[in-house]
Amino acid sequence: MRPPALRLRGAGLAFGDRRLWSGLDLDVAPGEFVAVLGANGAGKTSLLKVVLGQRPLSAGTIEVAGRPVRRGGRDIGYVPQQRGLEPTTPLRARDFVRLGLDGHRWGPLLPSRRADAAVDRVLAAVGATSYADAPVGRLSGGEQQRLRVGQALADDPALLLCDEPLTSLDLANQQAVVRLIDRHRRERDAAVLLVTHDINPVLSRVDRILYIAHGRFTLGTPDEVLTTETLTALYGAPVYVVRAGDQLIVVGAPDADEAHHHHDEDDA
Amino acid sequence: MNWSDVGTALFGGVSQYGAILELVQNSVYAGAVLGLVGGLIGVFVMQRDMAFAVHGISELSFAGAAVALLTGVDVVTGSIVGSLIAAALIGLLGARARDRNSIIGVLMPFGLGVGILCLSLYNGRSSTRFSLLTGQIVSVQSAQLGWLVVIGLFVLLALLFIWRPLRFDSLDPQSAAARGVPTTAVSLAFMLLLGLIVAVAVHIIGALLVMALLVTPAAAAMRVASGPLSVPVLAALFGFVSAVGGVLLAVAGTLPVSPYITTISFLIYLVCRVIGARRDRTTRAL
Repeated sequence: MRPPALRLRGAGLAFGDRRLWSGLDLDVAPGEFVAVLGANGAGKTSLLKVVLGQRPLSAGTIEVAGRPVRRGGRDIGYVPQQRGLEPTTPLRARDFVRLGLDGHRWGPLLPSRRADAAVDRVLAAVGATSYADAPVGRLSGGEQQRLRVGQALADDPALLLCDEPLTSLDLANQQAVVRLIDRHRRERDAAVLLVTHDINPVLSRVDRILYIAHGRFTLGTPDEVLTTETLTALYGAPVYVVRAGDQLIVVGAPDADEAHHHHDEDDA
Repeated sequence: MNWSDVGTALFGGVSQYGAILELVQNSVYAGAVLGLVGGLIGVFVMQRDMAFAVHGISELSFAGAAVALLTGVDVVTGSIVGSLIAAALIGLLGARARDRNSIIGVLMPFGLGVGILCLSLYNGRSSTRFSLLTGQIVSVQSAQLGWLVVIGLFVLLALLFIWRPLRFDSLDPQSAAARGVPTTAVSLAFMLLLGLIVAVAVHIIGALLVMALLVTPAAAAMRVASGPLSVPVLAALFGFVSAVGGVLLAVAGTLPVSPYITTISFLIYLVCRVIGARRDRTTRAL
């Protein structure tokens, strides 16, 4: 039996007096897809930083793939938010993906047939073979984001961390990126922890949702968490979950951020 | 000035070219190293949007050299100290682009002012004064030239060592940090290397013209290439051709080296822009 890809026990995070969340027990099994929802400043991005070993917990313990976290651990692949790359960026799509294999290593860049073969496999997996040799800065936002997923998958991580990977993508590209992530976790039995402000693009794929608000959290399946009763209890104020076709809309959350389609690095 | 003066200025030394070249041999080596390293580091200067930082560092490097000149300390040492202080300040205080630009904007006039003050108090050879701003490699003493070459080679090796993490950090600091790149240390190391090579460049082409070798060659290369090897190789080649070509042409006449270097590197850039624009048009038409 493999250890959980991510295990948090009694985990808490505070900045000085401000408690973001505490008493968090979370096991993410290999192959499981967990979405993290919540207001701006609720501590979603901080949770990712804790998992990446860039910020210590104020309480509790955390393990990735059965080992205590450390900075730059090989078990984690990271997919950031889409940002446009400079058109003159001196990298082709394949070089961009290769960063996920050996971009962190010291020394100059040397040709490697093994790395090339691995990169070719990843490019095929994310459907980027046709533009493998195109300058990465000239590709569309959707194409760049596929490559970011490819970069994160290149080292075959046990846990995929995604920080708002769908923001500023159009619907078709959102779905394409979600499909890639979903397929990878099924084929490679990798766990996914995906932070998002909009649950709809991933709703049909996620196993569980961690919803953080006001220093509290709720953990459960989408049907358990995304209900008027659960969210009203979580926020301590009337919050309504409205179903419109196959879309869910959360109405009335005091600090909800559905209107914010960007987030920045300081997002606590 | 009539045509024969122009002729003398440009070609007065042609008859003794060989002999002069032997005298300035070390300048050619220093120019070669600076051209190569300047082109390579320029790729990162462009990617990290630090052209303005290069200019800021060079003005403080000039100030350091001017203080050294006035107080009788070694000028190369002075320029390096000034450079490193500026690079460290910009690196430590200016992690964000906006902070960085304001810090550089504050430091630069201060550095230039200090430098000009020291130069006006200085009573020595006036040509040395001016050369710190506009450069005159042939007036640098041989022992110092040796040092410039050594520093340039050191920067080259260190740059190759941090190449891949620096490249990752320049492109996407968040993903680089997630993969375990020590982003703060890599950024600071880059700033210090940049400081060192700027100090070298100040002596060769002058504080005001440093960008001709630290920005222009890389900017030109990025217009015509996009591969991870082709861009740095081309940038280094362009820098090398500009620097060495400039020294070799200047030796033939009585003009300073700098205008030759800046002109060559500018022409290369122009050609690359035209080629790049033409290629864009054809790719778009396809």
